[in-house]
Amino acid sequence: MFSFGDIMAEALGLILTWDRDLSEIVALSLRVTLTAVAVACLIGLPLGAIVGAFRFPGRGVATVLLNALMGLPPVVVGLFVYLMLSNAGPLGILGLLYTPTAMIIAQTILVTPIVAALTKQVVEDLHGEYAEQFASFGLSARERVSALLWDARYSLLTVALAGFGRAVAEVGAVLIVGGNINHVTRVMTTTIALETSKGNLELALALGVLLLALAVIVNALVMALRASAVRAAYA
Amino acid sequence: MRDTVMDILTESPVTAKPLLEARGLSFAAGGQTLIHGIDLEIEPGKRTLVMGANGSGKSLLLRLLHGLLTPSAGQVLWRGHAPDRAARRAQAMVFQRPVMLRRSVLANLNFALKVHGLAGRDRADRANEALEMARLTDLATHPARVLSGGEQQRLAVARALVCEPDLLFLDEPTSSLDPASTQMIEDLVNAAHKRGVTIVMVTHDMGQARRMGDEVIFLHAGRVAERGSLDQVLGAPRSEAARAWTQGRLYTATDN
Repeated sequence: MFSFGDIMAEALGLILTWDRDLSEIVALSLRVTLTAVAVACLIGLPLGAIVGAFRFPGRGVATVLLNALMGLPPVVVGLFVYLMLSNAGPLGILGLLYTPTAMIIAQTILVTPIVAALTKQVVEDLHGEYAEQFASFGLSARERVSALLWDARYSLLTVALAGFGRAVAEVGAVLIVGGNINHVTRVMTTTIALETSKGNLELALALGVLLLALAVIVNALVMALRASAVRAAYA
Repeated sequence: MRDTVMDILTESPVTAKPLLEARGLSFAAGGQTLIHGIDLEIEPGKRTLVMGANGSGKSLLLRLLHGLLTPSAGQVLWRGHAPDRAARRAQAMVFQRPVMLRRSVLANLNFALKVHGLAGRDRADRANEALEMARLTDLATHPARVLSGGEQQRLAVARALVCEPDLLFLDEPTSSLDPASTQMIEDLVNAAHKRGVTIVMVTHDMGQARRMGDEVIFLHAGRVAERGSLDQVLGAPRSEAARAWTQGRLYTATDN
């Protein structure tokens, strides 16, 4: 039986020798997660800004829904996307099940409410400050939304980070719709789950360390960018 | 009927068509009527001051005239017609507390010019002129929100004027500024007036009123208590409210 130290040493060896399988898994994880976060931002930022900046019938319901959907259970999302994309489902004809695209769809569904709900909060506060000035400028709804998103851009980096955190650590939904197929849909989280169950703890631990490092690096980069930008042009 | 032959003959031969009119303008909130059926006209090229005690409805009236609030009754007309988007863009407003966009000083000016449809080269020229006029050229790349209160208000005035509005509303623009900053704001506004911009300003400051006003609308409890020339309203007020206020006996609109 190996000790924790032996396993850790082997895991670090795998990282240092940068095993080909390992790099493939990390690359796919990044591709799926970053694409899902980007798509979620494209949908969630304007959606959150609209709910945050405008008064309309049903705004309260929209706010409650967005907040509630932040806690969507990943396995339920995975199941829903699976049913949609399976051969018997309405989108089965697209043949997307067990592909990285299916995983991106599932993660986008999970991340969009987080981005939208947090954006709504940021934009609502900013709009409270800007509303009269914007009305005085005679801005259209579209001009308002784009100006608010632009002026809140550094706060919204944190929103995107929250979405990234959710997506990169997610396992249930991508496992259901991706299937964890070697060299096709195997990402860090699903591999960790699989390799741990197989007793291949070195690879699982190596991926765990990388996942943690990745989260720290992305957070540090975004925070550094935010801090320097705030100092330069924003107060 | 008002326009009898005698009325027409005794009226001054040339009366400017009003730029802005309020007809029966009322505003209610929380079950209380705050502005009561105000009728007034703002003539082009004039500097009209809105004065009155705290809570008399000065800022509310300004917001109603500028279209930031919807009246409960009555209407505002711009050049004789219901105001449209173009009318809004022919007006600008400077608030008591300047609202600075989270951008640089120059970007604040560019934003106003952009939403008014000015492109590229024209925009840069106009923004630079405005910076110079407001003595903010050296601060062009600074974040607007780290400027001092006086600099922010100068930027707010410059941003309002950069799009060359026909009418500028100012809601106590110097109430929290030091004398030097107040002087600079007054210079900016007076220079704009000389270029033909009509001014409607709320102020509490009688000294400022004498430096910057042509006529005064005196509000009391949401009604026009008195309207007339500066000398008449401040020097020999006809209404009891204006008299009490100029003598320092009226602090709020509910005082008797």
